[in-house]
Amino acid sequence: MMDDFLFRAVTGGVLLACVCGPFGAFIVWRRMAFFGDMLAHSALLGVALGLLIGVDVRLGMIATCLASALILAIGQRQSRIGSDTVLGMLAHSTLALGMVTLAFVQGVAVDIMAYLFGDILAVNVTDIWILAAGGSFAIAVLIWMWRPLLAVTVSPEIAAAESIPVERLRLIFMLLMALVIGMAIKIVGVLLITALLIVPAASARFFARTPEQMAIGAAVFGVASVMAGIALSWHADTPAGPSIVISAAGLFVLSSIVMMGLRRN
Amino acid sequence: MTAPLIEGRGLTLSFGSERVLDQVSLSIQAGEIMTLIGPNGAGKSTLVKTLLGLQKPDSGDVIRKNGLRIGYVPQKLAIDQVLPMTVKRFLTLTRAAARSACETVLGQVGAAHVIDAQMSSLSGGESQRVMLARALLLRPELLVLDEPTQGVDVSGQAELYRLIDDIRAELNCAVLMISHDLHLVMAKTDKVVCFNRHVCCSGIPDTVRQHPEYRSLFGVREADAIGIYTHEHDHEHDLSGHVVGDCGHDHSHDHGHSHHHHDHQKQEAETTK
Repeated sequence: MMDDFLFRAVTGGVLLACVCGPFGAFIVWRRMAFFGDMLAHSALLGVALGLLIGVDVRLGMIATCLASALILAIGQRQSRIGSDTVLGMLAHSTLALGMVTLAFVQGVAVDIMAYLFGDILAVNVTDIWILAAGGSFAIAVLIWMWRPLLAVTVSPEIAAAESIPVERLRLIFMLLMALVIGMAIKIVGVLLITALLIVPAASARFFARTPEQMAIGAAVFGVASVMAGIALSWHADTPAGPSIVISAAGLFVLSSIVMMGLRRN
Repeated sequence: MTAPLIEGRGLTLSFGSERVLDQVSLSIQAGEIMTLIGPNGAGKSTLVKTLLGLQKPDSGDVIRKNGLRIGYVPQKLAIDQVLPMTVKRFLTLTRAAARSACETVLGQVGAAHVIDAQMSSLSGGESQRVMLARALLLRPELLVLDEPTQGVDVSGQAELYRLIDDIRAELNCAVLMISHDLHLVMAKTDKVVCFNRHVCCSGIPDTVRQHPEYRSLFGVREADAIGIYTHEHDHEHDLSGHVVGDCGHDHSHDHGHSHHHHDHQKQEAETTK
């Protein structure tokens, strides 16, 4: 018999992995791993602001992620400072600002570790509803703009020449990414969310022949990582978020070994 | 004459202090093949990108026919290994198409065998053909090609140009291309635009060939690099032309070179049959 909290953890984790699969594939293709990291760091500021002004911290996280994505989109328009530098500055200054702001929040004991590494076993029903609604919204928009966004990823020039609104698609993708990461922090935490995005996608790369196969494969690997991670956490009493990431990494190593074996034959 | 498909008026663009486009005006009519020639760094690609709207000019306007369907073949396209992509999937990059339609266009460009191959495994020539096929699938009114024979071996180049000509005939589309292979392009093109930050001269190939600015631009030394040995010979031809009269052109040394070459190959091929 499954315990209730375990059922919620698995449901939340599986939902998140399904959403992260296709988004992670795009993160890998567009080489935006650091972008994901930056958004996650800024989420901590959202936690602090949420507590300070008395708004739900989940809302705070999503809002700051969206704001950071917008600031970054504007920051990347200029070319005097490289975009990796802009990303680094945003990531660390929002993180620092978040920690400083937390110091002003009085009377609330904040479990920083829960935000850094996630707390999937504490996922409640509201979290799952938010994830289900936000996740299906993000996936629906991604499917809707799939072909043009992929064209932009392959060649912005071809896309623009053939009247695809390159900049608008980039911005929409960044905002969706911010939404997904804002929702994901509760489950895998600031420091591990990028792993859940890129590791399953990297594993799926070995077996995919088209972008679509890789996106779906990433979701499959993500779901497997979540299941394996929760199982590991359950049996060995390890922290859940890190266990999920370890499982994802383990699956990646396994995939590469399988692939090497296939190539040799 | 009907309105042009695309027209640039007084396009001016600088990168920093360097002026890349200087008051460029240019228009492409339906069904016409226009070839843009010019030395390296002349801003040919920049001009094309400006016409396509990929680059905003500092001043000047680009006027496009409403709803113009453009098929763009960039100079080269390196699809990252991290992105798995079959040729079939690449063909439907910007618009969906049935497998049978993909097979047809690939057959047209002579690359039917690669339909299920990964893009990253293609040779330079195959890659150019696939990019051309992708543009064809859109049934464009204007086909834009930026040095379509990059990375294609010499024998493949002539074939590729013949292919472009066939495509034009079939789709009845206009073609705007940048090319270095003057000796191959000249015969097929309607209009040559000799370009070096501004339009030096333009017109039918023979007019341009006679133009002093064209001659100074492709000096004797550069001539080899861009594949015309026309100049030296043309000079002689000009001199002898006065003597021989107006049939001199077809007998011109340089012209003869490439044609003879071709003929020889043909003859050899025929005799071996």
